[in-house]
This record gives sequence, structure tokens and C-alpha cells, in this order.
Amino acid sequence: MDASLFLNAIAAGILLGGFYAAVALGLSIVFGQLDIVNIAHPAFIVAGSYLVFALNGGFGLDPVIAGILLMPIFFAVGVLVYRVYYAAFERTGRESLAGLAFFFGLMFVIEVLFIIFYGVDYRLVEADYIGKQIEIGLVGIPWRMLVPFCAALAMTGAIYLFLSRTFLGRAILAVSQDRLALQLMGADPVKIKQIAFGIGIATAALAGALLIMIGPVEPTIGRLYIGRIFAIIVLGGMGSIPGTLVAALIIGLSESIVTTYIGPSWAPTVAFGFLLITLAVRPQGLFGRQ
Amino acid sequence: MMKISGFWIGIVLMLAAGFVLAGVADNQFLFFAGYVILQGLIMAVAWNVLGGFTGYVNFGSAGFFAIGAYTAIALHQFAELPLLVLIVIAGIVCGLIGLGTGYLTLRLRGVYFAIATLAMAIVFESLITNWDYVGGSAGAYVITPAEVPFFDSFIEMMFILMLVLSLICVAVSRYLSMSRMGRGLASIRDDETAAECMGVPTLRLKLISTTVMGVMMGVAGAPFPFFVTYINPLSAFDLLIAVNAIAMPMIGGTAVWFGPVIGALLLGTIQQIVTVTISSELNILIVGVVLIAFVALAPRGIVGLFQDFARKRREGGK
Repeated sequence: MDASLFLNAIAAGILLGGFYAAVALGLSIVFGQLDIVNIAHPAFIVAGSYLVFALNGGFGLDPVIAGILLMPIFFAVGVLVYRVYYAAFERTGRESLAGLAFFFGLMFVIEVLFIIFYGVDYRLVEADYIGKQIEIGLVGIPWRMLVPFCAALAMTGAIYLFLSRTFLGRAILAVSQDRLALQLMGADPVKIKQIAFGIGIATAALAGALLIMIGPVEPTIGRLYIGRIFAIIVLGGMGSIPGTLVAALIIGLSESIVTTYIGPSWAPTVAFGFLLITLAVRPQGLFGRQ
Repeated sequence: MMKISGFWIGIVLMLAAGFVLAGVADNQFLFFAGYVILQGLIMAVAWNVLGGFTGYVNFGSAGFFAIGAYTAIALHQFAELPLLVLIVIAGIVCGLIGLGTGYLTLRLRGVYFAIATLAMAIVFESLITNWDYVGGSAGAYVITPAEVPFFDSFIEMMFILMLVLSLICVAVSRYLSMSRMGRGLASIRDDETAAECMGVPTLRLKLISTTVMGVMMGVAGAPFPFFVTYINPLSAFDLLIAVNAIAMPMIGGTAVWFGPVIGALLLGTIQQIVTVTISSELNILIVGVVLIAFVALAPRGIVGLFQDFARKRREGGK
């Protein structure tokens, strides 16, 4: 076996896995903690990519900075979406089937809006470091993978610290564990969920920036990530942030190895395999509570 | 008795109307548009057999549809079998996949089932893309006969074929919902655990439901390659097919058998008009917006709106 090929596959897998953590992070909060099945999450990520593309092309902003600047806007959009979701579904207790259809429709509308405005062509961002790479022995690490990896780790760490150390973060964990008890403590669960949903969508802005750095983006590319994201969340154990990171690395590594040794067209099946095996063998995931 | 005979008279009338249209109309586009609407109708009725009656959401409708289409293509490459045989075999293949999906419900309930079906469609797409025999990612061409017996054109025959298939599917779906089985399915939707405790054979009912859904979707997909004459994974696994299959029952009303029929005829016709007069992107946008509006504002669909309206009038009249 070619050692260089193997080492490169491992390195690429770890970098890819880190990026996957950023992609799954928002839904890990929204689905894992709040029990809201936002399957439109990848569509929000692609929306982030396109807005970063616009900022990068229009003002020459660095994609990562553009992604961070977009986060407050995405937070506000998330709060708004949750308001609608709460008023239409959660309050009336119809969230399961109707809520799913709602987010499915939302995903579709976001995709089509970008098709109408930008067409179905692939879009790219520009920055000085994109296209260069560092050589470490046999392994070449491209900057366009390393920067997203570092940004993803930073964001995952920040969210982890926020949830475990701050008052608001603990309130979000509390609302997922016992909504009634939180209410009895005098806190408003709806307000807290609204903030948590906003944070989940805000992570999509940065994840979108990372997505368009890694490769070109077209409006429907988000669909490829739906299965992957849910596989990561289920494998990691619903809502566990360290679990999400570990699961993302496992799936990134596996996909990279499959891509290298079997063929890139088989990579989408990896996540589904993990999803099925996890649900059959250990439904609570790696870091699950029950 | 009155209602049953009324239903069958309606079926016969629809069929007769189709044949009259085929005899009178010259505009080929009518048959083309009609075929697309009826294809959507079968998919909607099929989705509703599982989604509406039992409450299990299938996001992978496009996967079943495409497997139906590709079964037909593979058999067509292998031996030039008649179209009806291809449809029957595609129905069996998709029915078996549906049966397998039914066993998934043992471990996957609610959201997890929905996600698994979506992921399953993606896996099927990878398999087909890697299968060179049916054209792989490049796609496959089908040559359709220029002349067909009994009909003026091939597309006319396809339209009548789709009409017959969709009427059969509607009849099956109606039987499922109105028989004893229908009440069992509804009890799964309302509370699966409670239903099981009361002695409802939930697994058997779910398996019947997923199998029927699979057969119908396979049947809807099998003629598709002959209708469009060129098929590739992107067009067969089009997410619009899956969204339509959900949107149409949601708009019509999922609880009753005629809900998806109303939704499919309405949404399908609007889509055809918008595609021709404005643009196909706008058509897709409309589906999404209408779906969101209906699930948020009219959860029981058009049927529910009418029921509310009728009740208000009754109460107002007192």
C-alpha cells in the first residue's frame, strides 16, 4: 500500500471531519437540544455561502470574516423562523408531521430563490491563501481545508463553552431536559428556545463561508449534507457537542478513505451506513445520555 | 350502497372522459400535461397511503419513483418486453423495497424514519449513478415507437395508460382507508403504542401500507423513461417529485382518500399553467410557498377548510 496516499487520505479526512462538525453544529443544538427537525439547515448553510460569495465578490472581504459578520443577521432570521414555527406548530402541538413538511418546504423555497437570483452555476470565493498548500513530509495540507478546519474547531469550542459555562447556555440545556421545571424556576422556555434556534442558524453563516472555501457551491448542494448531518448528530448522541465533533471526524475520515480507495461517487453512502448501524446497534449514539 | 355506486360511476365517467379526449383533441400538449398531472396524482396518493393514513413521513418518494423507472430501463435493455410487463415488474421491485422500508419502522419512529427515507433515496442515487448498465451518470435513451395500435400517437396511449393506473391507485387507496384496515392505520397515526396494546396488528398494517406505497410509486415511475425518452439519475431522483408527493396531499388534506386527489389535480394543473406561461423555476417556488402556507395555516388541507366551512354554516343556521 502506498504510504503517501494513505497518509494524505487520513489528513484530508481529519480536515474534512472538522468542517463537518461546523456544518452539523447548528442542527446539533436545534435538533438535539430543542427537538426541532430543521431539515432546512443545509439550505441555510448554502444561503450563507451565497451571501459570503456576494460580500467576497463585492467588497473583497475574507470569506471567514464575511461569515462571522453574517452571523448576527442569521441569528435574527433564526429567531424569526422559530417565532413562526412556534406560533404555527409548537403551540398547537402539531410539530411532528406538519413541522417536518414546513421545513421541507422552507428548504425548497430557499434553494429556488438562489436558483432564480444566481442561476445553477457553481460559485467560488477568492482569498490569497486559497490554492496554496503546506507540505509536511509526504502530506500536503491545502490552506482551503486548513482554514475551515481551524475555524470549525474554534466555533465548536466556543459553542461548547457557551453551553456549559454561561447562564444562558445552561438555560438552553435545561429547556431540553425539563421544560416544566424551567418554567417553574420563572424562566420563559419559548424565549430561551428562540435564542437557541437563533444560535443554531447563526452557525450556518460561518459554516456556509467554510463550505464555499472548500469547494464551489450551487444552490442545491445542501441536499448532499442532509443525510451526513443527521448521521453525525445521531452517531454523536443527540445534542452532545463533543459527540458531534467526534462523530464528524469519524465520518470525515471514513468518507476520505472511501473516496481514495473505492471512488468519490460512493462517498454519500458512508453517512447512511453509519446512520443505519448506529440506529440499529446503539440508538443513543456515542455520547448519548440514556 | 349509494356512495359505493357513486364512486364507481365516477371512475367509469373519468375513464370515458379520457377516451373521449383522446378521440377528439388534437393538441398533443394536452396529453403531455395530463400525463404529468396524473403521474403526480399517483405519487400523491401513494405517499398518502403511508404518510396520511399512518403518519410515517416518507421523504424518499423520488427514490421509489426512480427505482421504478430504472427497473423498466434495465429490463428494456435486457429484453424488449411490453410496457405493461415492465410496469408490473417495476411495481413488484418497488413493493419489495417498500416492504423493507416497513421493517425499518420497527426501530425508526417519527423523525428518524423520515430522515432514513431521505438518506435511502441518496444511496439509491449513488447506486444508479455507479451502474453503467443503465447508463450511469450519463443517462440512457429510449426509442419509442412512432405508431401504436388503437391510438393516434404514442403520447396519447401513455396518457390513457396513466389515467387507468391512477384510477386503480385511487380505488385501492379508497379501499384501504374505508375498510377495517383504514381504522387500524388511523389508530397507528394517532397513537401507535396504544393501538398495539388494543390488539391492532400494527406491524402487519404498516408493512401493507409501505408495500402498497412502494408498488404505486414504482408503477408511476416505470413508464417515465418512455414518456421523456431520456433519463438520467438527476431527472429520475428529482427532489421536486418528492416535494410534490408531500405537498399535494398536504394541500388537499391527508386524512381522507380524496384529499391527495384534490391536491394533485389542483397543484398539478397550476404547475403546468405556470411552467408554460411564466417559468419552471417559479413553478417550483410556488410549490414550496403553497406547501408552507397550507401546513402553517390550513393543517387539514382544502378538505378541512370545506369541513370547517360546512360546520359553520350548519351552526349558523340554527
